[in-house]
Amino acid sequence: MDVVLLSRLQFAFTIMFHYLFPPLTIGLGVILVYLEGMYLRTKDPLYENATKFWTRIFGLNFALGVVTGIVMEFEFGTNWAVYSRYVGDVFGSALAAEGIFAFFLESGFLAVLLFGWDRVGPKMHFFSTVMVALGGIFSSVWIVIANSWQQTPAGFVLREHMVNGEPFMRAEIVDFWAMVFNPSSVHRLVHVWLGAFIVGAFFVMSISAWYLLKGKHEEFAKRSFRGALLMATFSSLAQLVSGDLQVKMVAEHQPAKFAAFEGIYENETYATLNFFGWPDEEERKLKYAFGIPGSLSFMLYGDPAAEVTGLNELEPTWGEPPVWLTFQAYHLMVAIGMLFIAVTLYSCYLLWRGKLYTTRWLLWFYVFAFGLAIIANEVGWVAAEVGRQPWIVYPTMVNGELHGGLRTSDAVSEAVKAEQVLGSIIMFGVVYLLLFVLWVVILNHKIQAGPEPLTDEQKAEHTGKGFLDAAAKLVGHKATMTEAEKE
Amino acid sequence: MALDLHVLWFVLLGVLLAGYAVLDGFDFGVGILHLTTKTEKDRQTFIHAIGPIWDGNEVWLVTFGGALFAAFPEAYATSFSGFYIAFMLVLFCLIFRAISIEFRHKMHSIAWRRVWDFCFFGSSTLASLLFGVAVGAAMQGVPLNKRGIFIGEFVDQIGVYPLMVGVMTVAMFMMHGALYLGLKTEGELLEHLYRWKWRGFIFFLVMYIAVTIVTIVTIPRSVDNFKHFPWAWIVVVLNLLAIANIPRCIYLRKPVQGFVSSGCTIAGLVFLFGVALFPNLITSQPNPDHSLTIYNAASSEGTLWIMTIIAGLGMPFVITYTGIVYWTFRGKVDLDQIGY
Ligand code: HDD
Ligand code: HEM
Ligand code: HEM
Repeated sequence: MDVVLLSRLQFAFTIMFHYLFPPLTIGLGVILVYLEGMYLRTKDPLYENATKFWTRIFGLNFALGVVTGIVMEFEFGTNWAVYSRYVGDVFGSALAAEGIFAFFLESGFLAVLLFGWDRVGPKMHFFSTVMVALGGIFSSVWIVIANSWQQTPAGFVLREHMVNGEPFMRAEIVDFWAMVFNPSSVHRLVHVWLGAFIVGAFFVMSISAWYLLKGKHEEFAKRSFRGALLMATFSSLAQLVSGDLQVKMVAEHQPAKFAAFEGIYENETYATLNFFGWPDEEERKLKYAFGIPGSLSFMLYGDPAAEVTGLNELEPTWGEPPVWLTFQAYHLMVAIGMLFIAVTLYSCYLLWRGKLYTTRWLLWFYVFAFGLAIIANEVGWVAAEVGRQPWIVYPTMVNGELHGGLRTSDAVSEAVKAEQVLGSIIMFGVVYLLLFVLWVVILNHKIQAGPEPLTDEQKAEHTGKGFLDAAAKLVGHKATMTEAEKE
Repeated sequence: MALDLHVLWFVLLGVLLAGYAVLDGFDFGVGILHLTTKTEKDRQTFIHAIGPIWDGNEVWLVTFGGALFAAFPEAYATSFSGFYIAFMLVLFCLIFRAISIEFRHKMHSIAWRRVWDFCFFGSSTLASLLFGVAVGAAMQGVPLNKRGIFIGEFVDQIGVYPLMVGVMTVAMFMMHGALYLGLKTEGELLEHLYRWKWRGFIFFLVMYIAVTIVTIVTIPRSVDNFKHFPWAWIVVVLNLLAIANIPRCIYLRKPVQGFVSSGCTIAGLVFLFGVALFPNLITSQPNPDHSLTIYNAASSEGTLWIMTIIAGLGMPFVITYTGIVYWTFRGKVDLDQIGY
């Protein structure tokens, strides 16, 4: 086994594991802001208990995001040293910005969110929740910009850098904002956020549906479900629009990846947008495919007769990614996206008719649909990243000629040996398996425990009678940080 | 002399490293001392003393890594790939430390808690040792080729001197952790810690003297810079004063001052480490000409400028809310009043 292959496997494994957690952090963060905001406005204790319940789960998830994230940051240097030398000037600053702007914000206020219920007033606590949610969103900004830059580089020049008289070509920034707003970063960010909202919403719906099926915590579950369903419906619809913008962007800047998405080998007029298929990489053609002729041409160029370029006709220096994996990953994501649109719309209809909470098969579907949301996120990245091969940093087209770029095979660390990477893969394999089991066990534990039941006093408030009592209670609360001091 | 951005970023990295060592240092210390307590209540107190803040402290390391990547990509690439095994071990420790802090209290089983107690102790101790070994190896120098790529073996990175620095780091964090816990506990546990403060201090003092002597005798390069920068002697003196103040504070029972003194000691040592290295980031040994310096390992001037602006915008915020969080969680640990 060679270092390149092993390092790729390790990177794929560790990033896919990391990416189980951030989308949930981002998605749940938004939900927490909503719930706590509603609590502040209505003083309904049900919202308070809901906020506390989801916060506990949020904390658990966050911890796992943090430990797996540190691995990612180290890995650029440990496994991809040449890549780091090549891109450091450009996106090192994005990573540093991430630390300064996002991680400090998130981790600092997280402490208040988790442990500060009795230490700060409700407004300050709410402020912290907002900051944590923002921190989560910020964390995704810089890292996704960095990734987008390596997909569609902009704002840089290639320059020779000397180390003790040895020359090395690397990318250097000349235009910071062009780097930040490279052709794919805004599209990708929006898509990633929506993906995270979908995950957060489906997570909440999954647990709520389970409570509803078991007849536990019904009032809590219904309210959580309703909010999450609206979020999921909106995000799923928006995801289709955002995904459509992404495909067009890919078609323009990464033609080989695009051809692999769609499984196109020969140039085609009246090209088809296939719902499924089986690319045969030996025979170089797409088998068992089905779709509406002309739809792809129409989607891209607004003309069903327009010609779409296939892999065989592309300039050979673009290289060719593994077509089968890219195709299937991409199609699985789109299929799940379409399914979500259909199901959430239908559920909204049932909600309107008042039948949603009694349609048991649908609730069972939601219990498991969270897994589909996670899978859609993961395979989306597989499509984007495997489709980028054989390049780790994609070349750009300048005046009709390919420019720059770094091949994955040239990007690994010079000083690392295959046994070392194999050793670390085994270590991560074992440790992550343990982490995953722990995550499931503890999550299950928390779900079984459920939100705290309402106390009698709270019930009075909940039914609205005790509004004045609630208001009086609030005045008694410490409203600011400095007041909290006089305990 | 115009502002030299390379020097500025060398200093800023030093600040991040010192911030990390001072802040996460006491977290590690708490872990190192964890098994000295016997009752469940004391162990919970220990964990809760750092529960809300360990993650924020670790972000200093994350940001240090990001800043090194951005400012000196060559040094980032060479050190992380050259010290592959060491970094993987560090990751291993950080993962286990984090999950022992976070997961320990999630279940009520005694066996479950015991396992995480040992993990917490083991990972904190090993991580401290590894960080020290890394500093020691950096002082001593490692074999690089002309292009600035590591060409040695894993064993070249350990050796007696790095191990000594490693042990000193364990001692230092143990002392620092005991002093920190002194701020967070009361009653019998505080008495227990009083004894450990002394043990930690004596252990540290012995190792500190030993390491200093070995450094001066075997690594003459490390004192060269003090000829160029005579003002660095002031830091040496301040550092000695800080160390001398620790036993005084322990004896007089001045917990805040004692903790601040050990924080200053750690920051001072990081500073002296920086002075000894300057202008090298990774010293090449046996071929000093192959070293990676703040000039040949750096990003372009433009990027250093951009980063300076980013840091200038971001740091005031970071300091403000780090302050807010520490303020919110000041005072003794009260096990009845724990959220989530
Ligand atoms: C819940 C998650 C989810 C769902 C339902 C969808 N996607 Fe997606 N997709 C992602 C989550 C995602 C992602 C994980 O967030 C990716 C990986 C990289 C990226 O930019 O976002 C992604 C990538 C990605 C890319 C590749 C971008 C690139 O290679 O640079 C395209 C073209 C689409 N998506 C298009 C779609 C379309 C047409 C969908 C139809 C509804 C769709 N996605 C649903
Ligand atoms: C290879 C790329 C990545 C690296 C190097 C990386 C690095 C990190 C690090 C170091 C942390 C821990 C921060 C802390 O200590 O608080 C972290 C957490 C986080 N990362 Fe990543 N990350 C990567 C990919 C991503 C992506 C693609 C996203 C989002 C789209 C993301 C979103 C987050 C979020 C929201 C957190 C906060 C906590 C949590 O994960 O639950 N990361 N990441
Ligand atoms: C968080 C979601 C992400 C997922 C699930 C993901 C997935 C993957 C996968 C599956 C590979 C292996 C591709 C192959 O070798 O064929 C890969 C490679 C890689 N990705 Fe990503 N990726 C993510 C985000 C990022 C980000 C944010 C960055 C950079 C900032 C990044 C940088 C890389 C690099 C450097 C490689 C290794 C070289 C390569 O094989 O191309 N990835 N990723």
